[in-house]
Amino acid sequence: MMQAVDRIRSRTVVMPTTDIDTDQIIPARFLTTTTREGLGAALFHDLRYAENGDPNPDFPLNASDVAGRRILVAGNNFGCGSSREHAPWALLDFGIRAVISTEIADIFRNNSLKNGLVPVVVDADTLSWLLDNPGAEVEIDVPASTLTLPGGETIKFPLDRFAQHCLVEGLDQLGYLESQLDAINSFEEQRAWTP
Amino acid sequence: MSTLFEKVWNDHVVVPETVDAPGVLYIDLHLIHEVTSPQAFSALRDRNLPVRRPDLTLATIDHSSPTTPVSTFKDLLVAGESAANQIRQLEENCETFGVELLGFDAEERGIVHVIGPELGATQPGKTIVCGDSHTSTHGAFGALAFGIGTTEVGHVLATQCLLQRRPKTLAIDLDGTLPPGVSAKDIILAIIGRIGVDGGTGHVIEYRGQPIQSLDMEGRMTICNMSIEAGARAGMIAPDDVTIEDLSGRPRVPKGAEWNAAVTRWRALGSDDDAVFDRQVTIDAASLEPMVTFGTHPGMVVGISEPVPDHGDASFRKALEYMQVSPGKPMTENDVDVVFIGSCTNGRLSDLEQAASVLRGRKVADGVRMLVVPGSRRVKREAEARGLDRVFAEAGAEWREPGCSMCIGMNGDTAARGQLSVSTSNRNFEGRQGAGARTVLASPATAAASAIRGRIADPREYMDSNT
Repeated sequence: MMQAVDRIRSRTVVMPTTDIDTDQIIPARFLTTTTREGLGAALFHDLRYAENGDPNPDFPLNASDVAGRRILVAGNNFGCGSSREHAPWALLDFGIRAVISTEIADIFRNNSLKNGLVPVVVDADTLSWLLDNPGAEVEIDVPASTLTLPGGETIKFPLDRFAQHCLVEGLDQLGYLESQLDAINSFEEQRAWTP
Repeated sequence: MSTLFEKVWNDHVVVPETVDAPGVLYIDLHLIHEVTSPQAFSALRDRNLPVRRPDLTLATIDHSSPTTPVSTFKDLLVAGESAANQIRQLEENCETFGVELLGFDAEERGIVHVIGPELGATQPGKTIVCGDSHTSTHGAFGALAFGIGTTEVGHVLATQCLLQRRPKTLAIDLDGTLPPGVSAKDIILAIIGRIGVDGGTGHVIEYRGQPIQSLDMEGRMTICNMSIEAGARAGMIAPDDVTIEDLSGRPRVPKGAEWNAAVTRWRALGSDDDAVFDRQVTIDAASLEPMVTFGTHPGMVVGISEPVPDHGDASFRKALEYMQVSPGKPMTENDVDVVFIGSCTNGRLSDLEQAASVLRGRKVADGVRMLVVPGSRRVKREAEARGLDRVFAEAGAEWREPGCSMCIGMNGDTAARGQLSVSTSNRNFEGRQGAGARTVLASPATAAASAIRGRIADPREYMDSNT
C-alpha cells in the first residue's frame, strides 16, 4: 500500500554496479508469496548472503552501520528486468524510501511510485559524487523535487506532478481511476469496435 | 501522419493526459498468471470491488507450473508449498471473480504470451497488459502490449484502465538481407547489443524493414518479446498479410462480417509514410551472424565468431568474473553443462523445429543436460504430431510439459551453481536460472548445436548448406 513520503534525510547506501536488475533485487524463488509484506529478508538475497547463508561481509547492506539508512544510490539503469512489484516491496520492507541513479527502468519506476518509494534521477556528475562518497548525508524533498547534498548544493530531479501529489499525500491511484468511471462508461458505449 | 503506436494509443485514450494528471488508457485484454496477481485480487477484496470486465480478462498458470512428464495432471508435483498455495489462490480468485482460467486440465494451457496469440485473443490494434514484462511479445501483431506491476493489475481488474503518460517512439529499421543461419533471436540480441539494455527506456519500439517483414509471426514474437530487455515499454510490428494469415481461423478472432471489418481496420494500422518518430536507428541485417551473450545482461552480446571484449568498467569486469569467460577469446571456447530450449521467447513450434533440425540424427554430448520445454500444450501436441519429441529423445534431451520452466527457475527447473547454461530464454541475469548459474542466451539452433558439441557452437556448422 502507498506510504506517504515528504522529506527523507538519511545517509546513503551505495551500490555502484550498473544495470542492477530485479532478479538481483529479489530472486524469483521468493515470488511465491501471496502478500506484500516481509520481503525485506529476501532483498538482494543472493548478493547479501553466501551459499551457506552467512552474510557476505563485502556487501554494502551488510555493513554494521547501515541500519536506518533510507536512501540507496545505485549505478545507471537500476531496476531493469521484470515487472515484479516485489522489488520495491522488498526495498521498502528493508527500510529504503528512495533510490538515486542516472536512470531508473520504466516498470520499476512505475511500481515504486505506486508504493511510496521515490525514484530520483540525477545527472552523471551528481551520481559520480554520490558513488564516491558512500554514507553521505543527503536530503530528498519530494514536494520541491530536490536532492540536497551535504555541502548544501541542491539539485532538482524530474518528478511527474501527479505522482508527486500521490507520494506526498500517500494516495492510492485506484481512487483517482474510480473517479473517472463516467468517462470509462461512455468510452465503452461509444467505441467504434469492441474487443 | 501517425505511427502505428500513436494510432493504437489514440484509439484507447479515455481521458487525455494533462500537465497535472496522466491520461486514462483503456485496456482490451488483461492476461493474468499466478505470480503477480494474488495481491491485486486482495486489493479488490479489501475495497469490495468486482472485476469490471471478466470477459476481457484471461488467466493461466505458467511461472511455477511443473514440467515433469506424468500420466495425469493430478500427479503433478508443484515445487514447494508456497508455489502450490499461489496456484490454488489463482484458482480461487478466478472462481470468485468470474475470470476464465486456463488451468492445469485445460488443453489451451501454456505460457501466457504463447497462448494469447494461439487463441487469437491477441489481435492487431488492441491494448494488452499483463503483470509480466514479456507482455511486449504481443506487439508482434500490431497490438500495444506492455508489462505492468501488481498494483496496476488491480487497477485494470477494477476499472479496465490504466493511468499512463504517453511514451516516446523509437523506429528500428532493418535493411539488407538476413544471411542464412541467422534467426529472429540473433536479430534482437544484436539490436540490444547495439542500443544497450537502457536504449529503449521511455520508448515504444517499432521494428520495420524487409528483414522483419520476411519473418513469420513466431519470429516476430521473438523480436518483440525482448523489447523489454532494451528497456522499452513495448515493441510493435505493423500488421500485414503474414499477420492476417496467421490470425485467420484462430478460435477467438472475429467471425464473418466482423472479421472483414477487423481486417480492414488492421490493415490501416501501419505507420504512415510521413510519420515522425522521436528516435530512429538503422541496422544492417546483412552484417549479422548468430549471437551469444557473454555477460550478465542481454546487452553484453557478441557474434559467435567474435572475441569477448577485453576491456570495460568495474561492472563489466564483475560480469565476466561471474560468467568465468575469458576476455579476448570467442564464446565457442566455453564448455556447456545445461541447454534449455523453451520460454516465451523461443518456446514455439518453429523454435522447436529449428532445434530439432540441428539435433536430428545427432546426440547431446556426454555430461550435457538438455531440457526442451514447449511453450504450450498446443505447441507440445503439434511438435509430437511432427515427431519432434522423438528427435529430442533420441538425441538424449528431456521432453517436458509446458511452462516457463528454466527461464525463471520458479518451478524447480534450475541449473546448479557454477553450471553454464546455453538458453533460448530472455535473461542472463546473475542467478536467473538458479543461484550461481551462468546463462548464455542464444537462438534455438545455437543452443542445439552447443548441446551436441558440449561447447558453445556455431549452428551453421550443423545446418545443411541449403537451409
